[in-house]
Amino acid sequence: MKFEGRVIKYGDNIDTDVIIPARYLSTSDPSELAKHCMEDLDKTFVSRVQKGDILVGGKNFGCGSSREHAPIAIKASGISCVIAKTFARIFYRNAINIGLPILECAEAAEDISEGDHLIVDLSRGEITNVGKNRVYTAIPYPGFMQEIMKANGLIEKIRKEKEEESRK
Amino acid sequence: MGMTMTQKILASHAGVDKVKPGQLINARLDMVLGNDITTPVAIKEFRKIGADRVFDMEKIAIVLDHFTPNKDIKSAQQVKFIREFAREMGIVNFFDVGQMGVEHALLPEKGLVVPGDVVIGADSHTCTYGALGAFSTGVGSTDMAAAMATGEAWFKVPGAIKFMLKGKPGEWVSGKDIILHIIGMIGVDGALYESMEFTGEGVRHLSMDDRFTIANMAIEAGAKNGIFEVDEKTIEYVKEHSSREYKIFTADEDAEYREVYEVDLSSVKLTVAFPHLPENTRAIDEVGDVKIDQVVIGSCTNGRLEDLRIAAKVMKGKKVHPNVRCIIIPATQKIWKEAMNEGLFDIFIDAGAAVSTPTCGPCLGGHMGILAEGERAVATTNRNFIGRMGHTASEIYLASPAVAAASAIAGRIVSPDKV
Ligand code: SF4
Repeated sequence: MKFEGRVIKYGDNIDTDVIIPARYLSTSDPSELAKHCMEDLDKTFVSRVQKGDILVGGKNFGCGSSREHAPIAIKASGISCVIAKTFARIFYRNAINIGLPILECAEAAEDISEGDHLIVDLSRGEITNVGKNRVYTAIPYPGFMQEIMKANGLIEKIRKEKEEESRK
Repeated sequence: MGMTMTQKILASHAGVDKVKPGQLINARLDMVLGNDITTPVAIKEFRKIGADRVFDMEKIAIVLDHFTPNKDIKSAQQVKFIREFAREMGIVNFFDVGQMGVEHALLPEKGLVVPGDVVIGADSHTCTYGALGAFSTGVGSTDMAAAMATGEAWFKVPGAIKFMLKGKPGEWVSGKDIILHIIGMIGVDGALYESMEFTGEGVRHLSMDDRFTIANMAIEAGAKNGIFEVDEKTIEYVKEHSSREYKIFTADEDAEYREVYEVDLSSVKLTVAFPHLPENTRAIDEVGDVKIDQVVIGSCTNGRLEDLRIAAKVMKGKKVHPNVRCIIIPATQKIWKEAMNEGLFDIFIDAGAAVSTPTCGPCLGGHMGILAEGERAVATTNRNFIGRMGHTASEIYLASPAVAAASAIAGRIVSPDKV
């Protein structure tokens, strides 16, 4: 899995209340949620994000509530992948479960600037900064999580397993 | 090497003798929880699996607490969708208006969690049940969907940080002050991915309500779960609320901890978290002059009977400051009734406070007390993020019920001795 895109960068402790404010949670429609993504932090996000862009954050990205609406809103806004120093744990598992690629890499999160052009190789955990001519390595996913990613999320994985079971 | 409390519970539910930090396991679940915001997403995902029934009708709890009684048409639609699903699947522990309370106050009260359980909930404060010596953690809707179908969830086994509590808390100092103090000390990612284990002789000075408050906010330090050692108080609570069998797990002597903190409860002061992170804590004597517009006493952190009793003790015979709206929200129907029968409502209403039916309401900026631009609130809730309770230019100060009640009277943040 490879992604290429331009960077939109934020700081530490980006919480799920700013990723998608609670006042929009009376819907779970991804395209509706995407319209308000990052609204309370950066009103310009929605108008400037382009398909394939890569979101970069500092430490504890996605802290706060368990709302899956947060990674869903990010994914639906067109972001291809999120890189951060560290992720809050519920956000981490939600992103994996819904198939939003995320990478933890402190070096990359520090060195990358807003607007940089990146190529991300997910299976190898490799992030190439084209403009700065640098390569950072993140820890690749453990096999178990790669399986979820490959299946395009946890639900698909379980559905396939159920199907196979009933065929036996 | 030995195992921590959490690791032992997880090992027993994964059907293995031993687990170690970082290991990925599949564990059997004793309870799966969802609320009115996260369950609709879970139902849609559940349908995609193609399962025609849930793994166990008694092991799923759905609580409609966030936007209920419904605040608008959209949330009414969402809740209707859940209600139909719950009926179709025969979900036993489905709590609608009139039965419901704030989920994390409700589940222990209904006896749905006992020591040694593994619980996941599509709500981050599911970690609250660690107060009972259970492993419980917040997950997302997809996890909930998968769990409703399979009765299992994947976990990365966490390492742990140990908090050795000693001494007795001073006057007015509560579980809220202790956990705010700890988060101020280690930061909002101080326990990222790990368990916070609370032990030591100081634990016996903490009521169950204090322990629920402390475990509730483990997530605000980034932790996967917070867990208390089981003692007589826990057992008494469990026997009073549940007839289910429970199992006590204790940490091995040689269990490994990333860090061990000693917390002397007698030196913990009344503590307030300033905007916009729970780690921005200050002792009450360093707060300065902070004028406020609203006080909210309630939520899964501090909406229990003991919290209301403390607030009433502070407010008795006094009046809410003319510039302040004070909103009090008992967390469950049972707490509501008990508070009413004890005469606490007379005290609140005579003081000029509003008492609401159970709901999360203002805690997440849903309804029942949203803040306008530039307004400041003292809340007994657990998050003071930007925009959490309303306008992005409003401010939330997190405090205990005692400090919140005193602040409502004074019109600015003060200690209960000052009113
Ligand atoms: S009271 Fe607040 S923190 Fe607790 S479950 Fe409700 S919204 Fe979440």
